[in-house]
Amino acid sequence: MKAEVSPLTDKVERSPRLTPQEVARFREIARVARVDILTMLCGAGSGHTGGSLSIVELLIVLFYKKMRHRPVQPDWPDRDKLILSKGHAAPALYAVLGRLGYFPAEEFCRLRKVGGILQGHVDCLTTPGVETSTGSLGQGLSQANGLALAERLSGRPTKVYVILGDGEVEAGQIWEAAMTAHHYRLDNLCALLDWNNYQIDGSVDFVKSLSPLNEKWASFGWHVLKCDGHDFQSIYSALLEADEVKGKPTIIIARTIKGKGVSFMEHRVEWHGIAPNAEELERALAELRGGA
Amino acid sequence: MRDAYGRTLVELGEANEDIVALSADLSESTRVAEFGKRFPDRFFNLGVAEQDLIGTASGLALGGKIPFVSTFAIFATGRPWEQIRQSVCLCNRNVKIVATHGGITVGEDGASHQSLEDIALMRVLPRMTVIVPADAAETAAATRAVASHVGPVYMRLPRGKSPAVFAKEPRFEIGKSTLLRGGRDATVIAAGLMVHEAMEAAALLEREDGLQVGVINMATVKPIDVDAILMAASRCGAIVTAEEHSVIGGLGSAVAEVLGENFPIPMKRIGVEDRFGISGRPEELLKHFGLWRDNIARWVRDVVKRK
Repeated sequence: MKAEVSPLTDKVERSPRLTPQEVARFREIARVARVDILTMLCGAGSGHTGGSLSIVELLIVLFYKKMRHRPVQPDWPDRDKLILSKGHAAPALYAVLGRLGYFPAEEFCRLRKVGGILQGHVDCLTTPGVETSTGSLGQGLSQANGLALAERLSGRPTKVYVILGDGEVEAGQIWEAAMTAHHYRLDNLCALLDWNNYQIDGSVDFVKSLSPLNEKWASFGWHVLKCDGHDFQSIYSALLEADEVKGKPTIIIARTIKGKGVSFMEHRVEWHGIAPNAEELERALAELRGGA
Repeated sequence: MRDAYGRTLVELGEANEDIVALSADLSESTRVAEFGKRFPDRFFNLGVAEQDLIGTASGLALGGKIPFVSTFAIFATGRPWEQIRQSVCLCNRNVKIVATHGGITVGEDGASHQSLEDIALMRVLPRMTVIVPADAAETAAATRAVASHVGPVYMRLPRGKSPAVFAKEPRFEIGKSTLLRGGRDATVIAAGLMVHEAMEAAALLEREDGLQVGVINMATVKPIDVDAILMAASRCGAIVTAEEHSVIGGLGSAVAEVLGENFPIPMKRIGVEDRFGISGRPEELLKHFGLWRDNIARWVRDVVKRK
């Protein structure tokens, strides 16, 4: 028995299957998010395009379907919490938070500018809806662990989500935190790994191969799930399955495409840390507006 | 002093269930083990992983807890310096880093464990408060003040026992120094174990040289008590600082910054002269590196001559 209600309120019984209407709605939200991401990046003149586009579907399923949260009350104690450990994907999070009403969407055009509330890397002191400031890779998982421990101590039945980058997982602190999450049996924690296989100096396989990735996480005591990072149902099913895992943390390795949504940006390492210029933006928007 | 910290932390934990403690496999030496035995659900050992230690503390603070994080000063501030910058100070998290084994008196373990840079490393961070108590009584008071303060704190304690400076637990106000001894000819501004040495030096100088030397206990290095420094400067015209730390970037540098911009007078920073430490017994190391009353007195005479 499925209820078509806003997920932004208290928990209700939900079907594990997304309806065709939900999928269509999310697809449109994703299209708008990509338009917003590219537009705000072009306006800023700098920023991280590829890795922002790759996590759009992950954020949409989290914020529009899975997480309990209140845009009008960003500090609601019983909210589920998301930490964007790969803080350079800020435009993606901003696009989602802005359209949800955490702050006025007019702020998009002030990204990375003095006087705006959207910093180059996510900043919890200036942007409502951002849980913690990140940007220096490898630090978000430890913070997520600490938050999950606090939630458990306080008896709050909330979920802590953390989005990791694949290059980020080369950092030693990630593995320190992975050991901690296992040691403290943090089953209220679920990590999502944006597995788009590109970092800055090349593909992940070229720079420092993480293979075998699933086995690494499993050997650290995590429950490992996989999903198609651009398929809403695949993402949602994995998130629901993570809820059922007790006594250990879960990581969802989300297969994604860096630069997803724009033909000339997909799978391109060059689009990691540059913003589209006006001409590139126009071409990208034409694709996004032309799409079904 | 670490005993006083450990004891006070337990008292604070009893009064406030949001206080939690963390260590990186050094819970006995840092005296947070007592808290851990008393409140096992509120104690987290992160093992030999200081970056994770700081990040986890940040997350606990984000979740509304008041984390006290303890390990040796070099490990508390060195390895996780960037984590303190990004996950604690940039986020303005209510994390209290209370490090033991600061300074040369770590002793026989030698240079790798003797932190002579931690005050400098922490002082340079925005939003960070840096505290160096003078003795056990002040440590207890400072721990209480640290718990009440909202914002990132670094408090540094030595390894060993400290001679008493305060007869009983003083009132501790972050940012306010204590004038322990009035002076006219010069003032020694000191922190930590050097406060007791400064008092000994002042007594020595009065006996042998007839000099009236003031002593200020600058327990809060950041934010430093600018008024107290300037009052001493205008009254005495000569200042010596003393700390169990490098002369670069610590208390002495902080005082020099204030004097240089506002009231330039003859001054001398006593500390470790841009060198690493070595193995030895704590007291012999203090003498070896000039962190001793005789050396303080020698330099007071020097700045007085330069007036």
